[in-house]
Amino acid sequence: MIPELGTFATILALCLTLILSTVPMIGAYTGNKLWVDYARPLAKGVFFFLSVAMLLLAYSFQTDDFSVMYVAQSSNYNLPWYYKISAIWGGHEGSLLLWVWIQAFWTLAVAVKSKDLPIEIVGRVLAVMGMITAAFLMFILFTSSPFERILPNPPAQGADLNPLLQDFGLIVHPPALYMGYVGLSVAFSFAIAALLSGRLDAAWARWSRPWTSVAWAFLTLGIALGSWWAYYELGWGGWWFWDPVENASLMPWLVATALLHSLAVTEKRGVFKSWTVLLAISAFCLSLLGTFLVRSGVLTSVHAFATDPERGVFILGMLVFVIGGSLLLYAIRAGSVKSESTFAVSSRESMILVNNIIFTVACAMVLIGTIYPLVMDSLDLGKISVGPPYFNALFVPMMSLMVIFLGISAFSRWKETPLQLYLSKLWLPAILSVVAAVITHWIYSQSIEPWVLLALVLSYWIVFTWGREFISRLRHRDNVIKGMTRQSRSYYGMMLAHLGVAIMIVGVAMVTIFVEHRDARMAPGDQIEFRGYTFIFDGAREVQGPNYISDMARVRVFRDGELYREMFPEKRLYTARGTVMTQVALQPGFTRDLYIAMGEELENGAWAMRLQFKPFVRWIWLGALFMTAGGLLAASDPRYRKQVKREAAQRQQVTE
Amino acid sequence: MNAQRKQRLTLVLMIIFGSGVAVALVAYALSQNINLFYSPSQISMGEAPADTRIRAGGIVVEGSIRRDPASLKVEFDITDYAHSTTVQYVGILPDLFREGQGIVAQGLLDQDGRLVASEVLAKHDENYMSPEVAAALAAAGEMPHMPPTAGKGY
Repeated sequence: MIPELGTFATILALCLTLILSTVPMIGAYTGNKLWVDYARPLAKGVFFFLSVAMLLLAYSFQTDDFSVMYVAQSSNYNLPWYYKISAIWGGHEGSLLLWVWIQAFWTLAVAVKSKDLPIEIVGRVLAVMGMITAAFLMFILFTSSPFERILPNPPAQGADLNPLLQDFGLIVHPPALYMGYVGLSVAFSFAIAALLSGRLDAAWARWSRPWTSVAWAFLTLGIALGSWWAYYELGWGGWWFWDPVENASLMPWLVATALLHSLAVTEKRGVFKSWTVLLAISAFCLSLLGTFLVRSGVLTSVHAFATDPERGVFILGMLVFVIGGSLLLYAIRAGSVKSESTFAVSSRESMILVNNIIFTVACAMVLIGTIYPLVMDSLDLGKISVGPPYFNALFVPMMSLMVIFLGISAFSRWKETPLQLYLSKLWLPAILSVVAAVITHWIYSQSIEPWVLLALVLSYWIVFTWGREFISRLRHRDNVIKGMTRQSRSYYGMMLAHLGVAIMIVGVAMVTIFVEHRDARMAPGDQIEFRGYTFIFDGAREVQGPNYISDMARVRVFRDGELYREMFPEKRLYTARGTVMTQVALQPGFTRDLYIAMGEELENGAWAMRLQFKPFVRWIWLGALFMTAGGLLAASDPRYRKQVKREAAQRQQVTE
Repeated sequence: MNAQRKQRLTLVLMIIFGSGVAVALVAYALSQNINLFYSPSQISMGEAPADTRIRAGGIVVEGSIRRDPASLKVEFDITDYAHSTTVQYVGILPDLFREGQGIVAQGLLDQDGRLVASEVLAKHDENYMSPEVAAALAAAGEMPHMPPTAGKGY
């Protein structure tokens, strides 16, 4: 009964989204305010029914209702209760339901938080979001319902959740990532609504900005969580694999980053308007493309196993419709958009333009590397794969260039910036960052590594340029504390995010160059020494877990002749599926991780062991956390609400 | 030229410059980093180039795994049931590597037609077979035990 109610709730939600995507839109065109006013309650209704559907699916998981096919495929009696929750999004059907539920959540958020926006804009935005929700709901109901039953003979036991996914990482990574993916639909909907209404002005950019910041922050967090999870779960110690599925999330991130900056120019200066709209459209289309790549089974990857041509065709159709439709609308309307001001070649506007070009080009490179093998395969030109060297060769120089401009732009001004100003402000940070980089490198390691040196220079470059800019802001105030409190939240958000870039660069370069690993055959009593640590293997013994049997090894780690840590890597056999999994033993630290993974068992109690020393690897995710915090802080800036209120008041006066 | 046109010209020039650099870099990087896939049959017929990184895939032949007792060196054969190729690898094999499992190895061919692998991949699902391996098996006319339904992964 419960799963049928779930289907019913989903169908009701679909009916509401169909009304939501038409009635307020027609109302906005015909000037029928009553029809437009339906948008908000409808958005709430959709969220309510989808929440009911989510809860019912959760209930089926918790009660081990294996007559539900999806539950039988991805759960098991012995699965701990928290994994029974995360198993909801552990497979194709449920993760789509999560996707659409988050979409409904964003729609609700726009409905609630847009009190001071003109109602016909709100109506249009919610209608566009409703269309997206409707498309995904149809996809769920027609091709991949999580509530489908296996009757009349339900299995007595479920097939269990893929052991790879039985981890804290899976509980948090998909929701965060989807919050980001789907959050981009808000900026998209605002852009489409603006194109439809022909009102593409600074106000539009100001409304979109906080939403884009939040979505971007979640996307950053989601990608970082995915990277962290892959690092400790896959047993290789890599943190980024240039896997097509990772690329699928990186591409919208790159465009969203460009969008975030471009929106600032559109809001402050009224230029780049049509470009910004194009970015907003592209960012969301890339999210959809990512969903297509992951969900249609065209990719070979950890994430995409199920190959079902019907699903692929459906998403492809949707993709063509959304991309084609929005670009057509863009082509019709963008021509009439006029810039409100001009700017000189040397100005903050151009700086942000450079940022935009670099990020979109980087995105195009990732896109080519990801799509190229698929195109070659479908044209029967051979099966190829594009490896990490391709991406690294392109991405590293692009991002280095980006960071150089990031530093320079600290002193750029709107409209026009004299070149002398740049020169007079930049020479000191330039010298300082080189000196500081050399000293830092010397302290850490005496053998000079040019890549690390370059990374450190770039990292210090961000810190010193923006640091100098920050100090010069305070100098205008007589009191430093007062000066600091005077700066806006969005300013501090930006600073945090840029600092996050600096932190991440250090992590990436240090761990890539100074990583050290030993793959060795270790018999009990064997020891390996490197980087000042001595690892002694004491052998492995069998341990029984809730739904697995494990060979747990003990490795004692000594530093300076004293016992430093005991580490317990495991090789687990998950009994339900008969899957073998490596459980890594980690000793995390601020400046280095110790990482031990077990390979296969060899004869006489010996094991193949992989020991790794990973310097500064935590800084990669720390940087991402700074960016996330920055994005959220910027979005919380009260000025967005105040400004909108003021405009609402003005409109009130005009109409009265 | 008025200000607006000048601005547009700069914009256009910057975009052309940026995309030009990008295209050149992409073309170069792609030409260096494409790894073609070959089946054991293609390798034994000499279709695969030497001195170029290639990918090869097939089913690990039962009883073909030979380990060096003193190190992590391992040798095994992969087959598409028409021909087989020997793969040499030093290091830790993935969790899902076992006899009868479809795997993909990446590396260089030596003079004896052995693949000296730098990477061995077995995908993260026991029911899963890489489409490349599946296609290679189909091409050789052998499709022993494809699972009835492909595994579901996240």
